[in-house]
Amino acid sequence: MTAVAPQAAAVPVDAARIRSWKTPVILAVFSLIAILLFVALRRGDQTGFRLSRGADLLQLPEITLPTLATGVVVSLILVGITAFSAWLTSRYVRTPLWLITAFAIVFMVGFLTWTAADASLPVYGLFVGTIALAAPLIFGALGGVISERVGVVNVAIEGQLLAGAFTSAVVASVTNQPLLGLVAAMVAGVLVSFVLAAFAIKYIVDQVIVGVVLNVLVTGLTSFLYSQVLTEDAATLNSPERFSTIPIPILSQIPVIGPALFQQTIIVYLMYIAVAVVWFALFKTRWGLRLRSVGEHPTAADTVGIKVNRTRFINVSIAGAIAGLGGAYFTLGSVGTFTKEMTAGAGFIALAAVIFGRWDPIRATLAALLFGFAQNLQNVLSAIGSPVPSEFMLMLPYVLTIFAVAGLVGHARGPAASGKPYIKS
Amino acid sequence: MTSQDQQVPTQGQPQLGGPEPGQQPNVKPDDSGSRWTQTARDITGGTVGVSILAVVLALIVGAILIVLTEPDVQATAAYFFARPGDTFREIWSTVSTAYSALFQGAIYNFRRPEFATAIRPLTETLNYATPLIAAGLGVAVAFRVGLFNIGGRGQILIAAAAAGFVGAYVPLPPVLHLIVALLAGIAGGAIFAGIAGLLKARTGAHEVIVTIMLNYVGFYLLSYMLRTPGLLQAPGSNNPEAADTLPTAVLPDLFGSAYNLNLGFILVIAATVFVWYLFSRSSLGFRFRAVGENPDAARVAGINVKNTYVYAMLISGALIGLAGSQQVLGTITTGFSSSIDAGIGFDAITVALLGRSRPLGVFLAGVLFGALKAGGFAMQAAAGVPIDIVLVLQSLIVLLIAAPPLVRTVFRLPTPGQKKPVKPQKSDKHRKAVVTR
Repeated sequence: MTAVAPQAAAVPVDAARIRSWKTPVILAVFSLIAILLFVALRRGDQTGFRLSRGADLLQLPEITLPTLATGVVVSLILVGITAFSAWLTSRYVRTPLWLITAFAIVFMVGFLTWTAADASLPVYGLFVGTIALAAPLIFGALGGVISERVGVVNVAIEGQLLAGAFTSAVVASVTNQPLLGLVAAMVAGVLVSFVLAAFAIKYIVDQVIVGVVLNVLVTGLTSFLYSQVLTEDAATLNSPERFSTIPIPILSQIPVIGPALFQQTIIVYLMYIAVAVVWFALFKTRWGLRLRSVGEHPTAADTVGIKVNRTRFINVSIAGAIAGLGGAYFTLGSVGTFTKEMTAGAGFIALAAVIFGRWDPIRATLAALLFGFAQNLQNVLSAIGSPVPSEFMLMLPYVLTIFAVAGLVGHARGPAASGKPYIKS
Repeated sequence: MTSQDQQVPTQGQPQLGGPEPGQQPNVKPDDSGSRWTQTARDITGGTVGVSILAVVLALIVGAILIVLTEPDVQATAAYFFARPGDTFREIWSTVSTAYSALFQGAIYNFRRPEFATAIRPLTETLNYATPLIAAGLGVAVAFRVGLFNIGGRGQILIAAAAAGFVGAYVPLPPVLHLIVALLAGIAGGAIFAGIAGLLKARTGAHEVIVTIMLNYVGFYLLSYMLRTPGLLQAPGSNNPEAADTLPTAVLPDLFGSAYNLNLGFILVIAATVFVWYLFSRSSLGFRFRAVGENPDAARVAGINVKNTYVYAMLISGALIGLAGSQQVLGTITTGFSSSIDAGIGFDAITVALLGRSRPLGVFLAGVLFGALKAGGFAMQAAAGVPIDIVLVLQSLIVLLIAAPPLVRTVFRLPTPGQKKPVKPQKSDKHRKAVVTR
């Protein structure tokens, strides 16, 4: 899926002389928002940040910040970074990524201080919930990355997640073996992928169409079977045993992030492995090189003897298996039973993460974490009574993605041959 | 459909059926004969035949699903080898109960003695079909320009918000109120889709991604408005629901209050004619088609491709906005919630695909899916088959018509443009050979 204007390919060779004021302008806008919110529209006196839970071995004291003073300091830092970025741009130097990241973190601190004024914000809760919400997104995004890198647009992530969730619930519940449920989820994801691949590769139907229709098909099938079969006998068919959390010794005791990262179910640990494996396989192995070459330039790949359509078929199936695992997280990891349309658009957020992460497994994972964080922040903030309407927090991933594909944030450009069928001539 | 209707799938246009040489003028065999022979072939093995067979095949698969999940059938299957007749009788009764309920709920209810009440299901079908056709036309317009508008859901929600606001909170004189409310909804849908068109034209952002994301933006925007007093929330209510649409803004019923069918259906017929006029008679429509066929060639011919994208998305969104307005002003006039879209946004894509993006085709496809919806509810009530089976039927139909070779394989039909029936695998190879030449 090329998300970029054709003329972008005709960027002048002398890239060093290009000066884009986009970054400083965006930073300036956010600095203005910061001054407006944190200083002009100040609220409350003090903000507390709780870093430890009662049960933690290592207790950290609650940090209390004066709300207005923090707002002023944050605003000053933000304005400073903006000015520095403007100065860099005027000297034809691009604003480095670490500076933008620092800007984002400082802004976030200011925002949290402002929004949680006169309340105590459970910082650990922000991280624990983030992983829980991001896990299925990350699996879905990894599946999306592989599929799109090999040249098949995967709009059917939602369907793969839902199929995985349904099958894992039923199989785990019938066999009483959650591990078998995991395998079944992978198989279900592969099956959805098979249909996608068969129609996209063999029958050369537009891949977006197949993806959209597959989502409808899986939604219809799972909802039908849920109403017709699962509700009849929920005790044997839809009450899978959930995975228990396995705390990793020592690591899970790290304050703030320990419980979030290392006190999780086996699915989350599988996710860490999956991210690392997909990244390594994609960029460091022969398999990955072939995969990417098929997605970027199938004709060239064919010329050197790579079987384009077979490569696509196999890798789209692998992508389905990974996305299916994400579906299992819904039933075996968090909720415990299957319900109608329980993925609720997670597949589309995963798709957003793929694009926002520029078709890179690590970046897509970070994007999924960001989106999970935004969702979770909304939960936490509505619990402590924030002035920001929760809907706008929930909208964030989608708006960010629109900005990303529009080229305002970063530069989203997909694999060249993604979405194009390959007809050997 | 004549051979002129099947255009070469080009790079810009979403391919509905894959490259089929029988439909491509440049690779058509020399002995293809006159237009009439071609038309006859199209009907037997071509698009129309494939569409009908796809519906049949989907219904068969649906029947299998219903049978497999029916407890009575499972009970008789337990002693299948002792008395197989029981199983078959049970299968037959299950399927016939379900599908006759579907038919009676969608078209004509035989159990009613009078024609006036027996025909009521048909008006119900047309009522369900009304927004489907409007939104399907919107998606079809985008298709013909080579754009993929998956943002139907968001556009319907925003249109419903706009039309609902005018309809419930802006008192106006009777006829004017309805017109203003409709226009507000149409404008809402058009603007929301226009964002995607504008971003595509100015920055090259892929409209598929933007419209998918806008679906959720629209959903959360509407949710916010519905729970905010002063925007859409009904005064004095704590529920996230809008106030009732004022009677002056409600679409009047066509055949009295006994039937659900309202003026919206006439508007949809007008919209169908409009889309036909747009593509077949207007110069804007000609530019649309040119861009859809081949944007590069269109640019060379002096057409402003970028502006065309914006116009196409605006018109597409306006038609989908019409569907959203009808939902608020006709279907649910007693305070709508954020589920007002009722899945029409995604159904519209299947409608446009089944109708092959032709106005009449979309109209008929909309009526078919409206019938499935109306009959689906009857089937749920009478035979206990969950309404979700309709989603399965719809998606199966579209998947099958999207891949004509598959349907031909199942029914062993000849590939159009070829004299003798050839095995599909062989014909595939033959096709590739033709394409390479």
